[in-house]
Amino acid sequence: MDKVLFLIFAGIAVGAAANLLRSRHPIHSALSLIGVMGALAVLYLLLGAEFIAAVQVIVYAGAIMVLFVFTIMLLNAGAEVPTSGSMLARYLGIPLLALLLLQLVRLLLGQYPPDQASSFGTFVGPTEKIGRLLFTQYLLPFEVTSVLILVAVMGAVVLAGRKP
Amino acid sequence: MDLTILIISLAKIAVVLTVLFTCVAYVVWLERKVAGRIQNRWGPHRTGPFGLLQPAADFLKALFKEDFTPAQVQRPIYFLAPFLAMTLALMSIAVIPFGENVTIAGRTIFFEITDLNIGLLYIFAVTSLGVYGIALAGWSSGSKYSLMGGLRSSAQMISYELGLGFAVVGVLILSGTLSLRGIVNAQSGFWFGIIPKWYIWPQFVGFLVYLTAAFAETNRTPFDLPEAEGELVGGFHTEYSSLKFAMFFTAEYTNMITVACLATLLFFGGWMAPLPWAWVQHVPALVLLGMAALMTRTALRTYRLERRKSYFAVPGLAGIVGLIGLAFLHPVFAAVAAPMFWFASKVFVFLFLYIWVRWSVPRFRYDQLMHLGWKVLLPVAAANILITGLVVAL
Repeated sequence: MDKVLFLIFAGIAVGAAANLLRSRHPIHSALSLIGVMGALAVLYLLLGAEFIAAVQVIVYAGAIMVLFVFTIMLLNAGAEVPTSGSMLARYLGIPLLALLLLQLVRLLLGQYPPDQASSFGTFVGPTEKIGRLLFTQYLLPFEVTSVLILVAVMGAVVLAGRKP
Repeated sequence: MDLTILIISLAKIAVVLTVLFTCVAYVVWLERKVAGRIQNRWGPHRTGPFGLLQPAADFLKALFKEDFTPAQVQRPIYFLAPFLAMTLALMSIAVIPFGENVTIAGRTIFFEITDLNIGLLYIFAVTSLGVYGIALAGWSSGSKYSLMGGLRSSAQMISYELGLGFAVVGVLILSGTLSLRGIVNAQSGFWFGIIPKWYIWPQFVGFLVYLTAAFAETNRTPFDLPEAEGELVGGFHTEYSSLKFAMFFTAEYTNMITVACLATLLFFGGWMAPLPWAWVQHVPALVLLGMAALMTRTALRTYRLERRKSYFAVPGLAGIVGLIGLAFLHPVFAAVAAPMFWFASKVFVFLFLYIWVRWSVPRFRYDQLMHLGWKVLLPVAAANILITGLVVAL
């Protein structure tokens, strides 16, 4: 059951990602990206990390992608015109991609042998535990990230408020 | 997977969805009825007793209308959007607990479809996705009014989602759990033996922010700018007709019910009775029997005045309400149904409040809406979190 669900949602994630690259229209690409994120959230859920799954949906699918879609709608971006592309990409693209995937698989199998792979429901981490870790062990990265975001927000405000 | 669990879950989903759809239908009826009374007219009153068959008539009307698709729509997304809106609206009801768990003959009955540890986060996740239905509908319609409506709604929902999330944090600090059942159980008991320990008292500010943000999240007046009919025709659903329009309509009212349920669970003790005394358990029976008596009286009076035979449907209705009231006198039924009665009553109060506000308060201007969301609600909610955290830490 778990394996079947994993295959289904991993398939959806990969399919949506491929569709993201294939689509000519920005909105379709954005929707595909939402599909990828939703499928990833389900994969987290299968691993037992329900908090991470919920946050994945709330933050990425529910907030960031809404902004993407909002911007695309606001600019009213139309479909892209395909360029002819370079000869190099046309003939070497797929072989190089296959090579990259093979390398990744080899690397991951070497790093995590099949008997050590995390199984379903491994990360049964209650929300409380995640919060505690975030404010003790990972306090510095957490605070640095928030300062970084604050700086980004200030930058956006300054740029938006500048008189031409 | 255990087959019985699967069957029980499916049965529960069927029951909850049936009840939910019925509720949506009758919230629409209530809206029209209350709107009528506020504007000094009757509202629907010809289809069935008190116009009670109006939802069925509305549904049939939507069903038989021409399903018109304008030429300039973006094909797959235009059809996807109403399904997205309705599915996401219906999904959030899955984690809402309706009553206390009871054990009958060694089997515990859970009054919700599923009890997630992160129930509240689940609801936020699903509602945060709900904006796609509206935004995509606006964009794919290929009409400037729809596009404006979709844009407004995206901006509005992103802005007020923050306020909504922040408003709830105070409750989470006090209860220490994200499970909705856990939050309600944390509100049991009474102060001084009379004031219920609901979070409305310590979290009054949070409740006000929640209520305001909830109005905006569900696109209800005074924040219904996405469908402001004076300037945008119908907003995001201008180009939708027939059942596709009905799906947006259902989604809106379902969201309203979800938000009302959540307010009840988070701030008003869910299914807890409001008073500590023993006689309170007889209130449901009294209320229902009283309603039955009132209906009978209305029916008899109308018949005497107008000799309209259609009003004979009313005593039948009164009989059903009265029978439920009598059933409450039986202790086993009361133990199961009394919590649901209290829950339903509180949700009803919120739904009434929604409708009341809609027909009493004018619409905000767009810049006022943004100002309220970012410069008033968000700071107030943040201050509320700080103060609550401080008090709990001390």
